[in-house]
Amino acid sequence: MAAPRPLPRLDATNRAFWTGGAEQELRLMHCRDCDAFIHPPRPVCRNCLSENVAPRTVAGTGVVDTFTVNYQKWHPAMEVPFVIARVAVDGAPGVYLTTNIVGCPVEAVDIGDRVRVVFERQDDVYLPLFEKID
Amino acid sequence: MTNGDAYITGIGQSQVGMKLTRHPLLLTLDAVREALAEANLGIDQIDGVSTYPGRTPGLLGFSPVGADELVDALGIKATWYAGGAEITSQLGAVVAAAAAVRCGLARHVICFRTVYEAAALARPDEYPVPRRDRVDGTSQWTAPFNALSAATWTAQYAMRHVKRYGLTREQLAQIALTGRANAALNPRALVREPLTMDEYLSARMISSPLCLYDCDRYTDASTVLIVSAGDALDEVSCTPIRIAAMAGSVDRLSWDQAEWMACYPTGIDLWKHTDYKPSDVDTAQLYDGFSFQAVAWLEALGFCDIGEGGRFIEGGKRIALDGELPLNTFGGQIGAGRLHGFGFAHEAVVQLRGKGEARQVAGDPRVAVCTSGGGPLATALLLARD
Repeated sequence: MAAPRPLPRLDATNRAFWTGGAEQELRLMHCRDCDAFIHPPRPVCRNCLSENVAPRTVAGTGVVDTFTVNYQKWHPAMEVPFVIARVAVDGAPGVYLTTNIVGCPVEAVDIGDRVRVVFERQDDVYLPLFEKID
Repeated sequence: MTNGDAYITGIGQSQVGMKLTRHPLLLTLDAVREALAEANLGIDQIDGVSTYPGRTPGLLGFSPVGADELVDALGIKATWYAGGAEITSQLGAVVAAAAAVRCGLARHVICFRTVYEAAALARPDEYPVPRRDRVDGTSQWTAPFNALSAATWTAQYAMRHVKRYGLTREQLAQIALTGRANAALNPRALVREPLTMDEYLSARMISSPLCLYDCDRYTDASTVLIVSAGDALDEVSCTPIRIAAMAGSVDRLSWDQAEWMACYPTGIDLWKHTDYKPSDVDTAQLYDGFSFQAVAWLEALGFCDIGEGGRFIEGGKRIALDGELPLNTFGGQIGAGRLHGFGFAHEAVVQLRGKGEARQVAGDPRVAVCTSGGGPLATALLLARD
């Protein structure tokens, strides 16, 4: 996937998530009152409605909850096939990240695989991709 | 005695095609005229308009005509109208209209959905897509990972069924094969040629486990349903179809944070609003923008247990036109075209009125279920002919 990816527009609420990779950190919004994680990040906790929320760094590992192998070129420059997965993030119950599983053949990915974050920088954005843990 | 129920009365549909040149407002007018004629209503008797998702300036092919535009263009004197995407999917527009007539806010509401995606794609000079240098909103959580289509999002739910419940490609194929077989009997269907299992199995993969024939395709068309108040039925000449129950849901407006698609809570909830049971349903018209969504709806509505959808449709006999639960008798979106939700309600009314001609379900069907939505949004309607 050498072609540039669509990048998120950064704002006060999502910046910690999209730039934590500069310090090799996966950062998720977290509620200091009830300990719930809030993703997508918002300035209020969807569990207890507290406004006492802030980004928190998590371990950066997780499990493949489900996935698909994308074969369709949605634009001419797209290199296929590649894996799109939904990763359940360790230490952040209920948070799933849509991502890509990289660093292995597409046939090697399965539900339940243990994975670890690897950041891919484009412009000022650090995309959290995941690779399999051997 | 007053009748506080809401009914679908006139229904209409424009030409269905790809790369049509007739203006989308005129396609909408075609569908409106057909619906008015069937109900024997005049445009001056229409006092409400409802649509999903309203005019979408940034994506005109997806929704080229808005409710306010239709009100103005057709000279409708409206006492109520609504249009927007923030509702429980396409048929949410019908739910809103039913709520409005039951509250006395209007007597006869035009509900419409006009799509022009094939034409817009073919004529970008007329229907430009604005270029954006960055994405925001919900798409920022998927687009950066090149998860650019609902195909890739739906495929991940389907993959869990493959891995967890053993859903096979041969089972999933029955949605497309059934739809295409029925579409061959529907003069307005976009694709009239039947599909074989061999063709399905050899089709190229789009996003596993979904292949080319598991996906609907861009279509140009307009579909109209008139929702009328129970105490205004004396103004209508066609057989009224009662909206016996409605349900809809949204939890996370997200394709990845929700454990399951919204059809599951919606399907369970529908039966809490009625004494009818799944076994009373004579035909099911279930959203199949992607084939797996129809499998999920069959489970969600209780026609089979969760995880059993693949085995329920295996072989295709049960959901065939002459089966015990005829499914998507007009062809579904995979066969009849991407009418975007409204086609399912339109067909349910056709079948309950016995107007299906070559594709008519036998045995005088009286109860039909129709749905829209396939991800974080869902709507289900139970329709009955009394």
